[in-house]
Amino acid sequence: MKHLLSVRELDLATAVGILDLAEDMADVATRAVPKLATLRGRTVANLFFEDSTRTRLSFEAAAKRLGADVITFTAKGSSVSKGESLKDTAQTIAAMGIDAVVLRHPASGAARVLADSEWIDAAVVNAGDGTHEHPTQGLLDAYTMRKTLHGDASRGRSLDGLRVTIVGDILHSRVARSNVWLLQTLGASVHLVGPETLLPLGIERWPVSSGTDLDAAIAEGPDVVMMLRVQSERMRAAFFPHEREYARQWGLDDARLARLAPDTMVMHPGPMNRGLEISSAAADSARSVVLDQVTNGVSIRMAVLYLVLSGGAA
Amino acid sequence: MAARTVLQQADITRALTRIAHEILESNQGSSDLILLGIPTRGVLLARRIGAILDELEPGSGTVGELDVTMYRDDLRAQPTRTPSPTRVPVGGIDGKTVVLVDDVLYSGRTIRAALDAINDLGRPRAVRLAVLVDRGHRELPIRADFVGKNLPTAVAERINVKLFETDGEDLVAISESPTSDRDGRA
Amino acid sequence: MSLLITGAVLPDGTSTDLLVDHGVITELGSGLSQRGAHHVDAASLQALPGLVDLHTHLREPGFEQSETVLSGSRAAAAGGFTAVHAMANTSPVADTAGVVEQVASLGEQYGYVTVRPIGAVTVGLAGERLSEIGAMAQSRAAVRVFSDDGTCVSDALLMRRALEYVKTFGGVIAQHAQEPRLTEGAQMNEGALSSELGLAGWPAVAEEAIIARDVLLAQHVGARLHVCHLSTAGSVEVVRWAKARGIRVTAEVTPHHLLLDEQLAGSYDARFKVNPPLRRAEDVLALRAALADGVIDIVATDHAPHPLESKECAWQEASFGMVGLESALSVVQAAVVDSGQLSWSDVARVLSRTPAAIGQLAGYDAPFTVGAPANFTLVDPTARRTFSAQQLHGKSVNSPYIGRELPGRIVATVHRGTATVLDGELRPEEEVAARG
Repeated sequence: MKHLLSVRELDLATAVGILDLAEDMADVATRAVPKLATLRGRTVANLFFEDSTRTRLSFEAAAKRLGADVITFTAKGSSVSKGESLKDTAQTIAAMGIDAVVLRHPASGAARVLADSEWIDAAVVNAGDGTHEHPTQGLLDAYTMRKTLHGDASRGRSLDGLRVTIVGDILHSRVARSNVWLLQTLGASVHLVGPETLLPLGIERWPVSSGTDLDAAIAEGPDVVMMLRVQSERMRAAFFPHEREYARQWGLDDARLARLAPDTMVMHPGPMNRGLEISSAAADSARSVVLDQVTNGVSIRMAVLYLVLSGGAA
Repeated sequence: MAARTVLQQADITRALTRIAHEILESNQGSSDLILLGIPTRGVLLARRIGAILDELEPGSGTVGELDVTMYRDDLRAQPTRTPSPTRVPVGGIDGKTVVLVDDVLYSGRTIRAALDAINDLGRPRAVRLAVLVDRGHRELPIRADFVGKNLPTAVAERINVKLFETDGEDLVAISESPTSDRDGRA
Repeated sequence: MSLLITGAVLPDGTSTDLLVDHGVITELGSGLSQRGAHHVDAASLQALPGLVDLHTHLREPGFEQSETVLSGSRAAAAGGFTAVHAMANTSPVADTAGVVEQVASLGEQYGYVTVRPIGAVTVGLAGERLSEIGAMAQSRAAVRVFSDDGTCVSDALLMRRALEYVKTFGGVIAQHAQEPRLTEGAQMNEGALSSELGLAGWPAVAEEAIIARDVLLAQHVGARLHVCHLSTAGSVEVVRWAKARGIRVTAEVTPHHLLLDEQLAGSYDARFKVNPPLRRAEDVLALRAALADGVIDIVATDHAPHPLESKECAWQEASFGMVGLESALSVVQAAVVDSGQLSWSDVARVLSRTPAAIGQLAGYDAPFTVGAPANFTLVDPTARRTFSAQQLHGKSVNSPYIGRELPGRIVATVHRGTATVLDGELRPEEEVAARG
């Protein structure tokens, strides 16, 4: 695997392979010395044109556990914030001798542009591009679902037959996009729920079902309910009238939580707006696997970095 | 590219039985003994040796799996290898005698990686090495404690180990390598 | 210098020799000869009247790193054009007589093509108050086409006034139809693909709604309206309806909207980012059919040069636009001529006679007649080439066709009797300027 730009590049075998590899990486964390020297001497550049402390730290931890050196460029306090272009920044870090770039960028397709360019020949891992994709989030979500479902017997399994409902601002969500296509590859069925304004045009051509009624979706008894973060600037852009109305219609509140089956997984990519798209009770309930998602993120990112950095003359 | 059979099924069984006896003898019994097979065929051989040990001294054949992929020094030179799981028996390896089991000993680099992997897992009392075939051409100061068969080879030759569990037959053969690169059997 | 062209095929399919002297066609027929004339063997070459572009961005003054009047003129001549209409979105904006006269006189000085400035409708393209339309119309540049292209005259009242006011000077408003609120931050055609790619959608209705409003306004005030770069099947239907009602509207389509569709955005290669955006494959088919049946009157390039850094970046950070002068005729041939939808006679109409008529540019109503200004181009329609930056003569290389095989090759272009291109090569500046 030269790059990871989109989950749509992954076929079933590859996707399951990454999840299996992440299992091995998770085992490392349980050892006396939770660190490997596998990528010793290799350098990973975290290039964050958009602030995301969580994702950045997760990639940093993953790279370090594999023994790689990490350098970080973030939007704040660097030339990135002074309008330096992707090309100039990429060429600058290329000149420093970088083996992989972990790129977070506000523009959709930025990772693809970087990978297709001749500015740099390092491996590119998409850590979120605009409203397009966030492949490692999709992978860690799938991993979390599989692990919660199958525990130690997870290896080799797909998500065949799993029913996942994703709720909220689908239109602007890279997490939703990566989940939709990865879950489809893994054999799960996906249902998208949100106000019509936040369901993308042409959604009928996506491999999903969709609707606007969260209560109806909950009544179907999904195996997973994934709540997406809703941003208040969407309200100002007239996607919905008011936060209270949003919470009432599409929030996972206590009443809706009570109607979920006891083994329904509640997921959220974080950071959460408690009281808006998810109630505190839901976020902290036994059904919630939100913290597992964070833990698993490191294992998934270790697996991905290993795959893009270990291959030589493949 | 004619292949020449050097060990038949009976030879392999005999060699493994002898190795099991030697392990017990050198360990002065079966206490605190762990066999760690190196995937893929080393694991199968470790299980067979473990089964023999169990017959000789019931309960002595504790077997685990040790993947060394993440410790290799040739990751950049080779296509991406998919690691196998590492499975350490309950109780860990601290204070135990660990016997590494692999099919072929060649350059010694795999064993070097295995020693690093063990180092990350804990601190055994001693580490020993058992191999079915030692073909020579070491690149590191490593030797096996228990050897099924010493097999002098040329670098251009290739050792092919087949085991019933994966290949449907037990067999060790030598053939001319189509290219003389030193591939996976290190 | 006099020119003798032998064996050229005219748009109507007949073959002829042409003699050019002192800027006009002096003789037509077979077996012509002239001592001392430069002879061009045009056997099996297609002769077309000089192409007229109603929509060119020459970038001068203000953005000379992207294009200048000279470099754009050379690009135009290389593409078979003998006249271009230079859009007003320069810096300073072409909203005064001074700017348009400067642009026109630069064109005159270089001589590769006739440069006809387009005046801004509103001061600074700000969409707030009318620019000096009368002064520009009566200037030496004699501006007849007014446009805020790049932005839409979205204020309905201002648009109404502009349509009425230009009637005073016999002008026409060329509208860039893009409802601004519906296209805030928009990046590509809105639909299933934009949703998948996570690029903000540019709905067809944002174009169609403005065209619908404008044709009704034109009808109401009895004015002439020209619609720039139509890009959707819905726009075609609105214009068809308006024409059926007798509304005086003309419409243009770009070569790229006749050939390329939105799927190209899937690469996130910003060379394919353009305003209006590339649309669905079914829109492309509707535009071709409308050009063939006359609902769309002309093809105009919307040649929009941009420096490298405006395209070597993430899609949503990139500028909108493509260069198109050198590739226009080849793309039209690929899209609608080779398929049989348009004849070469139709091409002469949509790329020369009608755009000249809309721009009120004299000398293009009766090409290939004795006494007519010698503006024409000779094309080898059988040639095929992989389009490359080598074929570009402007300052920018943001062509979506680089690496694509295209038919046709411009062998010669003649502007007012002066050869600007011979044997497929541009003639030197000194030569063209001296004779022009």
